[in-house]
Amino acid sequence: MNWRLIKDKLAERSFALLLLSSVVVIFLILIGLTMKSVPLLRAESLLTVLTDSVWSPLKGNFGFLPFIMGTIWVTMISLIIAVPLCVLASVYLVEYASEALRKMVLPLMNVLAAIPPVLYGVWGVLFVVPILSDYIAPLLGVNTTGYTVFAGGIVLAVMIFPIMISIMVEVLQTIPQELKAASLSLGATKWETITKVILVKAKPGILAAIVLGVSRAFGETVAVLMVCGNIPQLPSSLFDAGYPLPALIANNFGEMMSIPLYDSALMFAALLLFVLIFGFNLLSRIILNRLEEKAQ
Amino acid sequence: MHASTSIQTAETQDLVALATPHIQIKDLNVTIEGKRILKNINLSIPNNSVTSIIGPSGCGKTTLLKTLNRLVDDTKGVEISGSVLVNGEDIYAKDAEVTHIRKKMGLLSQKPFPLPMSIFENVAYGPRIHGERNKKLLKQIVETQLRNVGLWEEVKERLDASATRLSIGQQQRLCLARGLAVQPEIILGDESTSALDPISTQTIENLLIELKKDYTIVLVTHILRQARRVSDYILFVYNGEVVEFGKTEDVLLNPQNEITQQYVKGFIS
Repeated sequence: MNWRLIKDKLAERSFALLLLSSVVVIFLILIGLTMKSVPLLRAESLLTVLTDSVWSPLKGNFGFLPFIMGTIWVTMISLIIAVPLCVLASVYLVEYASEALRKMVLPLMNVLAAIPPVLYGVWGVLFVVPILSDYIAPLLGVNTTGYTVFAGGIVLAVMIFPIMISIMVEVLQTIPQELKAASLSLGATKWETITKVILVKAKPGILAAIVLGVSRAFGETVAVLMVCGNIPQLPSSLFDAGYPLPALIANNFGEMMSIPLYDSALMFAALLLFVLIFGFNLLSRIILNRLEEKAQ
Repeated sequence: MHASTSIQTAETQDLVALATPHIQIKDLNVTIEGKRILKNINLSIPNNSVTSIIGPSGCGKTTLLKTLNRLVDDTKGVEISGSVLVNGEDIYAKDAEVTHIRKKMGLLSQKPFPLPMSIFENVAYGPRIHGERNKKLLKQIVETQLRNVGLWEEVKERLDASATRLSIGQQQRLCLARGLAVQPEIILGDESTSALDPISTQTIENLLIELKKDYTIVLVTHILRQARRVSDYILFVYNGEVVEFGKTEDVLLNPQNEITQQYVKGFIS
């Protein structure tokens, strides 16, 4: 056979192999984590591990509920702050801002995205935590150190701004000019056009941006663990400390061999995080597909 | 001043019609990013008739159409001088309210752009934003306008379905109904049939001819045969200037200007 054709076939096969290996890695991680978690799950049932709220490894209590709730609290707070801000900011950038401002802000977003998380953490410790403990909490009559799920949420919100804004801007820019003209030509104001037409049309894309933001928020470790207190309890208000899953793993990784079942518990935490993120992405993919189908 | 010379050749009854022009354009100049797109346009568009704007692509006919409902405002780097009077009111006056002006004009764009909502909501959208809350009345408006464009029988069973599920010809009729629902006086069409199949094109053309008894219609088209089929008056624009304006037969069959002659004979396009 011609050498050129052999090369062609070879290229195809080797690319497929490379693709396969990257997919296999995901499954290897899943299998590895599951195997390592088995000792813990032999000692206690999955249900107790997931719903028990007591975490004291020395006594053999491995309740993961505080960490699950910690992750959910921090993520939800960051979304509540970030989503409206990002939607409004990107609408402003696309619909109102001048070309010059848009060209300046978007690269700035990429810079923000490139800042290492530990810097956000330092910023959180130096600014967000003191402001919460010295100004905002007293205003509401609460006594706190400032190391709270609220602080974690704020820092996370700032961290997911860039990715959400750049995606939302891109989504909004794909809305055809003629569609806006159709609404405007009926006598709608710009605001009516934005809320009733543009945002409706952009909904699947905006949701996709939120999904990416959430995935980032779920997994963010360093910045959050620096500011959210790391106490294994069920947070019941914004000003309670929390302990998200990634922080648990990072904080205790060094000592995991010293206590029985501890290593297995941490691996289970990793598995839990993996399944959470995987499941969340899967679910949002399904929802997005539905939305896109409906829009067509 | 070709406009005025050709008007003088028109018949007496048209002079009566033109004595109360619906739209009057005076000394209109439009510059986009330093480039002069429209130059000294002076023009009177008669009411209850179809006026087609023809001319080679890039001559400014779409810009001219968009100055009529001020959609041109949204173009980047646009400067406008002169005035456009609708019923004697200058829509470029400082105190003119743009939503009020646009409500008077239905726009039918090149391709149908249904709003991202149901068939019903597409038609009800305009009345709703102008404050109509009465559900019964909205239903009535939707039915009337869908009947007006001959779409009612085709969609009455699925008013809640997404408008994007309609065929492209149906979508364009829906867009026309949507425009009519805000009770405009003028319908602006920007090559409104260019994306449609011949049968849908014919449907839209017939609708426009029918609608002119109630509306003043201004169309941009690059299809001379279409201009001939539907229009009462033809405006030939070349290089941003009005070259000739007059009754359809006069402009197409007996053009006064040499450039118009060349265009209608197909030497320039």
